[in-house]
Amino acid sequence: MKKEYETVIGVEVHVELATQTKIFCGCSTAFGAPPNTQVCPVCLGMPGTLPKLNHRATELAMAVGLALHCEVSRTTRFDRKNYFYPDNPQNYQISQLYSPICKNGWLEIGEGQRKKQIRIHELHLEEDAGKLLHGDAGETLVDYNRAGVPLIEIVSEPDLRSSEDAIAFISQLRTIIGYLGASDCKLQEGSMRVDVNLSLREAGKECLGTRTEMKNLNSFRAITRAISAEKERQQALLDAGEEVIQETRRWDDAKGCSVSMRSKEDARDYRYFPDPDLPPVHISEAWIQKVRDSQPELREEKQKRFVQEYGLPEYDATLLTESVHLARLFELTAAQGVQPKKVSNWLMGEGLRLLREKEMDPEDIRLSPGHFAALIRMNEDKKITNAVAKQVFEAAFEENVDPQEYVEAHGLLTVQDEGLLRKTVQKVIEENLKSVEDYRKGKDKALGYLVGQTMKAMKGQAEALTVTALLKEFLD
Amino acid sequence: MDGEMGILELTAVELGKKIKFGEVGVEEALEAVIERIQEREESLHCYVTLDLEGARAKARLLQKKLLNGEVSGPLAGVPFAVKDNLCTKGMRTTCGSKILKNFVPPYDATVVRNLESAGAFILGKTNLDEFGMGNTTERSFAGATRNPWDEERSAGGSSGGSAAAVASGECFAALGTDTGGSIRQPAAHCGLVGLKPTYGTVSRYGLIAYCSSMDQAGPITKDVRDCAAVMEAIASYDEKDATSLRREPLHLQSALTEGVSGLKIGIPKDYFEEKLQPEVEHAVRAAMKELEAQGAIVEEFELGLVRYAVPTYYTIACAEASSNLERYDGMKYGLREAGTGLHDTYRQTRAKGFGEEVKRRILLGTFALSEGYYEQYYLKAMKARRLIKNRFDEVFQTYDLLLGPAAPTTAPQLGSVGDDPVQAYLADVYTVPANLAGIPAMSLPCGRDAQGMPIGLQLMADRFQERTIFRAAATWEQVFGGFRQLRGSRRIDELGQLGGFGQFGGTRQHESKARWEEGMGQA
Repeated sequence: MKKEYETVIGVEVHVELATQTKIFCGCSTAFGAPPNTQVCPVCLGMPGTLPKLNHRATELAMAVGLALHCEVSRTTRFDRKNYFYPDNPQNYQISQLYSPICKNGWLEIGEGQRKKQIRIHELHLEEDAGKLLHGDAGETLVDYNRAGVPLIEIVSEPDLRSSEDAIAFISQLRTIIGYLGASDCKLQEGSMRVDVNLSLREAGKECLGTRTEMKNLNSFRAITRAISAEKERQQALLDAGEEVIQETRRWDDAKGCSVSMRSKEDARDYRYFPDPDLPPVHISEAWIQKVRDSQPELREEKQKRFVQEYGLPEYDATLLTESVHLARLFELTAAQGVQPKKVSNWLMGEGLRLLREKEMDPEDIRLSPGHFAALIRMNEDKKITNAVAKQVFEAAFEENVDPQEYVEAHGLLTVQDEGLLRKTVQKVIEENLKSVEDYRKGKDKALGYLVGQTMKAMKGQAEALTVTALLKEFLD
Repeated sequence: MDGEMGILELTAVELGKKIKFGEVGVEEALEAVIERIQEREESLHCYVTLDLEGARAKARLLQKKLLNGEVSGPLAGVPFAVKDNLCTKGMRTTCGSKILKNFVPPYDATVVRNLESAGAFILGKTNLDEFGMGNTTERSFAGATRNPWDEERSAGGSSGGSAAAVASGECFAALGTDTGGSIRQPAAHCGLVGLKPTYGTVSRYGLIAYCSSMDQAGPITKDVRDCAAVMEAIASYDEKDATSLRREPLHLQSALTEGVSGLKIGIPKDYFEEKLQPEVEHAVRAAMKELEAQGAIVEEFELGLVRYAVPTYYTIACAEASSNLERYDGMKYGLREAGTGLHDTYRQTRAKGFGEEVKRRILLGTFALSEGYYEQYYLKAMKARRLIKNRFDEVFQTYDLLLGPAAPTTAPQLGSVGDDPVQAYLADVYTVPANLAGIPAMSLPCGRDAQGMPIGLQLMADRFQERTIFRAAATWEQVFGGFRQLRGSRRIDELGQLGGFGQFGGTRQHESKARWEEGMGQA
């Protein structure tokens, strides 16, 4: 008889902090610059240079820790993690092992009955490594622009039980960090990186099974697939009476499977020890309070306010506040005097559809509140039809075109010329005598077809209601 | 010739004054130094890199600036040497290691910049034990430095090149670095004044790290006044160094005339045990008595923990070094020995680039930090360090100053250290406690042994109390005489019974000058 297993998951999430400069020097952290143009002797680890801690990075880490209900350490220290690899110019990474900046927090996921708290083991600060670029001729080049970009690593307790849990946790984390402005959290660009620790245990048992660590998960889809594949792999092993080996595995999203990177036996000895170049950081109660006081309105508060202030249904408020960028666009547009519910409808309908289709992040929406409000008004005033409004919305979504100019340039204004409309309707009737006959025989569907043909001939620039009325006038 | 000899006899501050009043030109002073270098450098080997043409250009420029009033200060126009583990922009900086033999830093160490802001200029980089790991300056890829007092002997180390250069007149003053005694011990062996400041007083930015928690740069000079002047020039808070401290101005010059009246000086009995060379003990005790005669209150006491200092020091220093030296891998700068693939290139580069002693310390340090040994070695050493620090804190509740020898013996014969590293490490026993505790400590001459080799007296004070050291040092120097007098002073065996110390150092200046010329003019 096959045993029932419970999946036990913990995650380690690396997040690049949105500071202007690197964690230990003054170099820019901007993404996408030509290789090795944002470097200096310090982040290149040149002899005699010394790290100097970025105050802002410390504050952002504290802000995230506080939002995750963590204790902030009154004294925090940096440690060196020693390993030889060219992506790290010093051959050691400055990280935190012994006294992380934040620990013992929690994050709530799920809704209603399924709400649960996921405990956060710790949150620590560290520096990012450079990027290796492998050439065609087998050569490897290094770009140190990313070396020294500040990272926080958030380590959860093994409180997650499914890929849904894991995704909910990471989404919620992303929302919070986005609200704080602490990072843009892009999985694809690597500003957020997730490692999944997974083990199985017999249902009802307390003790944990042997876990594996999964790396290289660059999307929510990859995380979901990797969790299900790893669950199956471990279950097959256990069912066959074999043991799961403690190891680090690399997810290959193209092949849909993972391969072993290194087992516990070849685990590196990082020889962690306190970095003598960086004295302990003392964090006063006043400093913690200052960070707490400067925290922006977080999601839960905003959700409640949207319901109260704008009269939105709870469902709308929940969706709109998932991303601070979406929430901001909503509020600023509503502030232009258009009906809030209309703004919400646009964002939840067309907005979310476009984000999904174009695989965009809400922060990539270029549409300005002014143009958005203008668009809604033009639609309300029947200057453009719903179909045209959707077309304009899509164009403005990514490029923030001026709706007025766009509609004029493309000749998309709703046709008010009744003469033209009558002529077109007449023409459509003449060309579709079969449908006219059907309609007269009582097939209502035929009318819909004729409306569609007229709209097509009008290039969507007619009001469907007007067209229907005209057709009826001619046919009845 | 006579004029030049006269110039080289001057201390840095004396030279600075003559330059200021136009009695000596900057270029004239430099040429005197260059002439001495031509005479003695080939055998002494103080320098890894000399940039005489660059120095001449700097001297010309400085002379102009002096005339225009753009630079001033006690060290303006004085030629300096700098230990080769301090980065100099555009001038190669090797750390005495093959692995950095072609490394030209694109930046200056903050101490170098400070020195140059004071109007001093650098003519070359001095020899050292590779990465500062050693106490004889024999472990350099560039070869050994010889002691100007006796060329068969070591100049001490690891700042042996700086000490030998100052003692021989191949520069007027120098910067060294001190991790476990590397300024004080060579200063003692070469009859000079050397100061390791309170940790954090001098920026470490640009000092190529050996043991970051103990490395400090400091002056090696002919006398106490020079030491004070250099110290005041190089000390600064540096925002590039997170371990750098914001301190009040040091006001060392004014300490030089304050005397020792009422100072409580503790003599750690543990500093006078077993292997201490008898002449060293005699000379140090003589200095002690003299300070007592000058009004200090002297008392012997048991410091304790001294025997833990050397193992504690080497465990921590090697651990930090094993990490600090990881960056030398042939990928970015310095030596690259191409192998088959990444790991083999690492292996070949480090195997060929590092010397034996450096490899030994990397291995020891790697071991001390390894999983399963970390608690047993590194952590235990850190606890011992804490105890030693606490003990010093306690002792400085009672005493203003501690006095003892800087080294157990005078300069050893070259090549005599041999194959027993532990024996060599034990020679650091009197200097490493100050590094472990982060306190300031100075070595200054207090006599010569039967072979005529200089003996070093060590003064230690609580953190930030450099002034107290300078008060006692200046008092002693006034009685004993400075560098010039040391040359003329009688050897300890000529003195017979220790006692009337007025005569010990009270050699007349004209006499000493004759001896100086006798001693240094030939060669």
